[in-house]
Amino acid sequence: MKLSAKTATLLVLALMIAVTPFFFPSGYYYRVGALIFVNGIAVTGIVILTGYAGQISLGHAGFAGIGAYACALAPVHLGLHPALAVVLGAAISAVLAWLVGRPILRLKGYYLGVATLGFGILVSMVLNNERDLTRGPDGIDVPELGLRAVLKGWGLDMTNGQFWYFFCGLILILGAWLALNLYDSPTGRALRALHGSEIAARTVGVDVARMKLQAFVISAVYASVSGSLLALQNKFITPDVAGFMHSIEMVTMAVLGGVGSILGAILGAGILTLLPQVLTVFAEYEQLVLGLVMMLVMIFLREGLLPSILRRLRGTGE
Amino acid sequence: MKKTLIPVALGLAASLGLTTAALADIRLGASISATGPAAFLGDPEAKTLEILVEQLNAAGGIGGENIALVLYDDAGDPNKARTFATRLVEDDEVVAIIGGTTTGTSMSILAVAEDAEIPFISLAGAIDIIDPVKRHTFKTPHTDRMACQKIFEHMQGQGFTGIGLISGTDGFGASMQAQCKDVAGDFGIQIVADETYDPKDADMTAQLTKIRNTAGVQAVLNPGFGQGPSIVTRNYRQLDIGLPFYQSHGVASDGFIELAGADAAEGVRLPGTALLVADLLADDDAQKPVVTAYKAAFEGKTGTPVGTFGGYAHDAFMILTDAIARAGTAEPAAIRDAIEATTGLAGTTGIYSFTATDHLGLDLSAFRMLEISGGKWTLAE
Repeated sequence: MKLSAKTATLLVLALMIAVTPFFFPSGYYYRVGALIFVNGIAVTGIVILTGYAGQISLGHAGFAGIGAYACALAPVHLGLHPALAVVLGAAISAVLAWLVGRPILRLKGYYLGVATLGFGILVSMVLNNERDLTRGPDGIDVPELGLRAVLKGWGLDMTNGQFWYFFCGLILILGAWLALNLYDSPTGRALRALHGSEIAARTVGVDVARMKLQAFVISAVYASVSGSLLALQNKFITPDVAGFMHSIEMVTMAVLGGVGSILGAILGAGILTLLPQVLTVFAEYEQLVLGLVMMLVMIFLREGLLPSILRRLRGTGE
Repeated sequence: MKKTLIPVALGLAASLGLTTAALADIRLGASISATGPAAFLGDPEAKTLEILVEQLNAAGGIGGENIALVLYDDAGDPNKARTFATRLVEDDEVVAIIGGTTTGTSMSILAVAEDAEIPFISLAGAIDIIDPVKRHTFKTPHTDRMACQKIFEHMQGQGFTGIGLISGTDGFGASMQAQCKDVAGDFGIQIVADETYDPKDADMTAQLTKIRNTAGVQAVLNPGFGQGPSIVTRNYRQLDIGLPFYQSHGVASDGFIELAGADAAEGVRLPGTALLVADLLADDDAQKPVVTAYKAAFEGKTGTPVGTFGGYAHDAFMILTDAIARAGTAEPAAIRDAIEATTGLAGTTGIYSFTATDHLGLDLSAFRMLEISGGKWTLAE
């Protein structure tokens, strides 16, 4: 029996999440793993937007910021449970993405990149300057999610690191599953069609503007959830989460690993999350190594690491 | 930059994911923002820690046991700081953590240290770090509230009742602005003009003109950090405002005089630490020996002048090693108790006495009111 690409991707992902902890020499590796998964969720959203629909966003950290601060503020000011705050953050992100995207995505070309750039900077400025609400650049405490205590009550006792590793891993698998389903759905086909050629897609009856908007809103929700998980895990968040560099990081991760492939993008997230940890001794050269890796990948492996390597392995390279 | 061999070797082994054999007996951890936007604070802090560890080990360590320092650069990113703190606790198995150059990184490390019940000494300013008191968290820099009180105390002595405030909108400036407004009334001072600027602005004459034109301003105070205060100082002279001008402890370093220019900085007053006026201290001053020793060590090694920020790291290391020596063991719980029992320990920032309800351990006397004269720091009192 031949596995479908979708099942294979999910299986590989689940196996990696489940098996790697057996090789962890200390609890610290759970933390790194959880960070990779959090970034992986955001990057999966980028795959939907950039890999499927061919649109570029330079402000996705803005949505991560909204997700993160929803978890910090909603439980305190609205009395919401942190889990519901994640949903609220995602909803706000979706509505904002819809409002920003609706006029922009009617246009062809790179307008979305410019608009999202402005949007991201705007969110970051609001988080920095609305001190009375967000406590400004020094950051704000985020309430405990409380799920670990519930699981403990059921006899499943995990350390904080272990809990976040498996919880974020689970959400990542869920996110990847949804994204893969989307890929095979009529919407996914329409997105891929307009990625190839907007005119051709329009000719065969694809509502190009609506499809692009859908992809943008969905990817904003992914970024928002990733921001929420980061905030809940760290129990403390600063406006850095919405910073321009974080937006660039997301795109870089996806492009490095392979923006057309979910597994590739997650691999990219893994590499770029691990790199600073491995390079602590060479902290001064971290940016240099990053830039070099990026340039080499762009020159020699234009589709990104994973798709290029798979193609070589199959022997179907140019 | 010269680094000691031990931290490099440890870092290399750790980064390769190996479990390191104990190269030294007492392992201390640090997460400092040696690069990134807070590098001007973190870089001297990291250098200070490396110099002090080398010095201490050359002198025989603590009770014959050597110190190994595991030092990470979090680049001012609170998320990275949390990861490194986790790494220090779980992987490197340190007995105490120094660090958190900024308030954001300190708050991140604090959560990990409290969970793991490992003593943590922060190098950041905000009062939130130790108020409310957390069992394992201490800090060495004074709070911005104390800086406001020291400045207002001096203003009150000069008979000022109405002042103008011009603050940066960065974390430091905004926090100090709020604290100053909060305590001004205690000193019979009214803030009659309250202006702000973006830390990246290149000109603040508009705000200063507005302050000058406000009736009842007898002096001006500029809570700020980085390059902003230097520009404010230069604009202040260009406008020839003539009123006494106060800066905050955020710019208490020679770099400020250089950036603003000795002419513009002439007569500027600010609350600083004994470190800046090491030569001017009285011989019987309790801080004199430690301040001179640190100044000689730092300037000898790096060739750059000492600053308040490196001093924070010096004091954190001193408090920690003093506590380990008194505890007689490197057990985190014993070290924590010994830190809390510290009394009358003279550092570069002030004389520390911790209690169960005070994890800062400094009072207003730790600040010296300084005045810049002829491009040099002098005592204003």
